[in-house]
Amino acid sequence: MSAAPQFALVDVNNFYVSCERVFQPKLENVPLVVLSNNDGCAVARSSEVKALGVTMGTPWFKMKDLARQHGISAFSSNYVLYGDMSNRVVTILRDFSPDIEVYSVDESFLRIESVAHLYGGIPAMGRQMRERIKQWTGLPVCVGCGPTKTLSKLANHLAKKNAVFNGVCDLHSLSRPERLQWMHKVEVGEVWGVGRRLVNRLQAMDIHTVLDLRNASPKYLRAQFGVVMERTCSELRGISCLELEDIAPPKQQILSSRSFGVPVESVAELSEAVSTYVATAAGKLRRQASVAAVVHVFVQTNRFKDDEPQYHAGRLVPLPEPSDDTLVLTHYALMGLKAIFKPGYRYKKAGIMLTLLSGKSARQGSLFDDPEARVRSTRRMAALDAINRQFGRNTLRSGASGTAQRWGTRSENRSPRYTTRWDELPEVS
Amino acid sequence: MDCLAQTLLQVPEIVEQNPCASELILLAHRMSAGFPSPAADYAEDGLDLNDYLIRNKPATFMFTVRGDSMIGASIEDGDKVLVDRALTPKSRDIIVAVVDGEYTIKRLYKYRGRVELRPENPNYPPIILKDGAELQTWGVVVGVVRRYTSRG
Repeated sequence: MSAAPQFALVDVNNFYVSCERVFQPKLENVPLVVLSNNDGCAVARSSEVKALGVTMGTPWFKMKDLARQHGISAFSSNYVLYGDMSNRVVTILRDFSPDIEVYSVDESFLRIESVAHLYGGIPAMGRQMRERIKQWTGLPVCVGCGPTKTLSKLANHLAKKNAVFNGVCDLHSLSRPERLQWMHKVEVGEVWGVGRRLVNRLQAMDIHTVLDLRNASPKYLRAQFGVVMERTCSELRGISCLELEDIAPPKQQILSSRSFGVPVESVAELSEAVSTYVATAAGKLRRQASVAAVVHVFVQTNRFKDDEPQYHAGRLVPLPEPSDDTLVLTHYALMGLKAIFKPGYRYKKAGIMLTLLSGKSARQGSLFDDPEARVRSTRRMAALDAINRQFGRNTLRSGASGTAQRWGTRSENRSPRYTTRWDELPEVS
Repeated sequence: MDCLAQTLLQVPEIVEQNPCASELILLAHRMSAGFPSPAADYAEDGLDLNDYLIRNKPATFMFTVRGDSMIGASIEDGDKVLVDRALTPKSRDIIVAVVDGEYTIKRLYKYRGRVELRPENPNYPPIILKDGAELQTWGVVVGVVRRYTSRG
């Protein structure tokens, strides 16, 4: 007998900003932004800055007056620090439930129906996850729980926006009228997978709130929008359609993974697979003119083979600088693979995910950018693609090391890499 | 120069010229056909300082110590200390606390409702928390590592 699924979505509040505050207690309650690569735009804002009306992606030069007026501090992105803190959060969550999908650098879905009783039920488990992550890492998180992924995402949104939930919202523990009341209060655009373009079309059909969408006819939605919207509607009604790792990756990340035809045991063969996946994903990345700041690499054994030893692991590897360069991405993916590989297992699946994507064009024209290096990289990639076609994937793998020094430029106001560099540890006296 | 040493010297060059050579595997120990070494069954990984020093990896952070306020506890300027955030501080623990927005490493004393952060050096005064003020603990110090600079 299996219980009905229950999901939790755990999401770090203002992730980058919160990471900075963990190591600089003085910044608590100080308005704070973290800027994109080369100090361009705000990519993370503290609640104080949000309250001032600064929107995501506001260019720094446009808010300089406001910054002076309100004492806003600005930091350059410190992806190494964020990647390490993200790994810590995921490690802690894995202790709560091994069924976890690392959805992005600051968000994870967990299946919790079979373990929640160990913690005294779902809301209590949510509170313990929140408390433990806060104590162990210093990071504040919100937890949303529900019988579907879409509902857990909605619950997370409610937990974040309404102080009454104290950071943890379990939709299932609310009464039905209460639940519908909350759905009525949230705009339809907040539903997971409903983008801005769809919002306009939905509003034209008089669907304005989450509740409106929930109450719409699934058949009608399917005819108008297709199966994805129908599924979203079902999920809002509590019918779970999306498994962990089941959704098509949105544009903010590119996933490339596959199950092997025969089990793989050697690190050399796994490296080959991972390099191939990186090449595939990096190609897609370049086609959509993006750069990635983090590579997530993972391996797992065949979980349906009870008689074999089981192992699964993943690692988020932050890049020194966001990149679309196959060589650079491969280098760091293989570094991550080396860190998680354990001999003696028969691996069934491996994969990589490029995350924290941003537009490559946004990097142009900046003070710190080196146009020559960019041209060289572009040429290198063209050459690489040609070599790749001619000689196959082994050639690609061989060139991976030793390219990192090209990416030497750094942003001005980056905080120290407190957790990964001996000479940048925080100081105490 | 023996054959193995020569081969090893050439490795970087070979790797540069021929990428496939990076998969070269050197068997450095003697193998006897037929009988496996009885010692193989007792092979261990060796000592890992991480295992010794770190109980709870996702909750453990490191700091560099500045100054001599904890010299009496054998914590010196330049030492690295391991700080575990998961532990609840007890009286007499050495902790990293936040006082007026700054980190400080001191020994915690709690008695009769009073909370004190005491240095281990008579040249520094203790920090006595005022009534009602909440102690802001960053984490509990669980270890110290030091490399002798004259030798490393």
